[in-house]
Amino acid sequence: MWFIRVNMTDLTSRVEPLPDAYKHLGGRGMTSTIVAKEVPPLCHPLGPNNKLVFAPGIVTGTPAPTSARVSAGAKSPLTGGIKETNGGSSWAADLADMQVRALVIEGQAKKNGKLWGLHLAWDAAASQPKVEFFDANEYAGKDLFEVFPKIYAKYGDTISISGCGVAGEYGYGNAGIVYNDPAKRPTRYSGRGGLGSVMGSKGLKFIVLNREGTPGVPVMDEALFDQGRKKMIDALRTHDITKPKGALNTYGTAVLINIMNEAGGLPTRNFSSGRFEGAAKIAGEAIFEGNKQRLGKELYNHACSPGCIIQCSNTWHNPDGTEAASCVEYESDWALGANCGIDNLDDIATMVKLCNAYGLDTIETGATIGVIMEAGVIPFGDSQGAINLVHEMDKGTPLGRILGGGTAFAGKAYGVTRVPAVKGQGMPAYEPRAVKGIGITYATSTMGADHTAGYTIAPEILGVSGKQDPLTPEGKAALSRGFQAATAFIDTSGHCLFIAFAILDIASGMEGMVEECNGVLGTKWTTADIGRVGAEVLKTERAFNEAAGLGKETDRIPEFMRTEPLPPHNQVFDVLDEALDTVYSEL
Amino acid sequence: MRLRVKLFAFLTRYRDNLSSGMPFEVDLPEDATVADLLRALQVPDEEVKMTFVNGLAQSEDWPLKDGDEVGIFPPIAGG
Ligand code: SF4
Repeated sequence: MWFIRVNMTDLTSRVEPLPDAYKHLGGRGMTSTIVAKEVPPLCHPLGPNNKLVFAPGIVTGTPAPTSARVSAGAKSPLTGGIKETNGGSSWAADLADMQVRALVIEGQAKKNGKLWGLHLAWDAAASQPKVEFFDANEYAGKDLFEVFPKIYAKYGDTISISGCGVAGEYGYGNAGIVYNDPAKRPTRYSGRGGLGSVMGSKGLKFIVLNREGTPGVPVMDEALFDQGRKKMIDALRTHDITKPKGALNTYGTAVLINIMNEAGGLPTRNFSSGRFEGAAKIAGEAIFEGNKQRLGKELYNHACSPGCIIQCSNTWHNPDGTEAASCVEYESDWALGANCGIDNLDDIATMVKLCNAYGLDTIETGATIGVIMEAGVIPFGDSQGAINLVHEMDKGTPLGRILGGGTAFAGKAYGVTRVPAVKGQGMPAYEPRAVKGIGITYATSTMGADHTAGYTIAPEILGVSGKQDPLTPEGKAALSRGFQAATAFIDTSGHCLFIAFAILDIASGMEGMVEECNGVLGTKWTTADIGRVGAEVLKTERAFNEAAGLGKETDRIPEFMRTEPLPPHNQVFDVLDEALDTVYSEL
Repeated sequence: MRLRVKLFAFLTRYRDNLSSGMPFEVDLPEDATVADLLRALQVPDEEVKMTFVNGLAQSEDWPLKDGDEVGIFPPIAGG
């Protein structure tokens, strides 16, 4: 197993055996451990001392289902804290199959404006990966949909690509890391926290992986691994949410629009209401029915990455049946839809496509536009105006750069007080005043406002893993803590977080996940270790954040959510600061 | 009493020409519960995961009252 360091200052690389101390780490556990150990917490995120780390999960690259996931980690230019942002792509599996457990990008290319690419392939003679640099200047400033086909044409069909778009070249706080999807489009993202800009700041534009001849992931105990894998497959195939033609496969993640709206927790018009009158028009059901009408047949969703048996990724089509955008996720649909008062799926899809083309995070983009609408720059519901704003970010105009700075930055520039962000990161699609547990996750997560960090929506809204009243703060600090720790384990395992819906309800699936990991690593974990291993990761991240100046004072929800009651339930965020502080003090 | 009801996702198949979330009215005798409503709509309870009455999740024995808005969901999730 290999540990690769790439130094962008002198354009060198070192391929070394994985250090023993990192043997049992993968995914988020790996990226956060390396960032915490090697990145000075007070460094400038876009300077030479930050490091960008990629790590496939423990079971990524194996036949474990729904596990082609990669973690990208660094100090975040958006939050100023540690960041792990997860993506699904063949790129993840290819890195794992090359037996690379961590790829660390260090330093900074000396010549300002010069962009490089990395090409990693398997050197059969030396039995190890080899790294080459290529000149990537010809791809600078271009739409990723234009660039990806050129890279495939140059390097062949057996490659995967990661990279940054123009947003990352500009250094925006809102710049994601892009990966290819199965149709070779630039549509999969480690979107959050501006890590695309960390990549761009290093003078690195693309990382091309060639999977030809790669040896695959070694498994220490095949029988145990297989046993775990079968349990996981059974859980995913039988649970109503994850099974074929189940909710995710049929309607995609945007199936959440209606239920969040019904529960009064769908943030609308920059978090001024929990209900959007246009919800049904942009919901996952409307996407399914709209595609059926435009294509003349039912269209079920596809996998973002090899080996996923949930297959939640949708494609929205134009009236003439051509492709409009993939993928209109719940978060993107909400951010660019309900949050901006926009109820037109075609316009939302246009913005999703533009975000993918320019290398922008859809959540941060929608949250930022919501704030800009609040400022009166364009009115809520003005979808053409919103589309133009996304173009401004591509052009790098002064307005575009203000928007590219993200939700909190744009709010400051325009003197807005209703700014939905924690630690500088824009809030996702769940309203803290209507769902208290997720508000606690937003407030306390090491990532800034991040729903995936501790998805208490499962019991609070969806009835998965029990049912809890979303409006009460009682017991929610402990709930969020438990979810945050379990999530850190799943993000380390390499599984997509969506397996949680099945394995939280089906105990054998949970065992299966641990057995898969034990099979690969030779560890002897039990399900009781999930929380412990996850908590270690969280503690590492927390310590980095505290040293970076993000202590418990930053674990707070914006003031307006404590003072402005949110319709329809007319609730404020009433979780006490002391309760917020227990999430990590009692970890 | 008269209720305003919405069926979502897969559950729309229990009513003709219904799109997900499109409201319709249902008349039920006084003191009817959520379970009575599901029976009246011929929606099998094992297909129902969450029922919201006026925006709050309620169990099947919840007593309904005139003017209530009811949203009924199968198991769904996303992220
Ligand atoms: S469940 Fe969806 S997001 Fe997760 S790996 Fe599968 S297709 Fe990708």
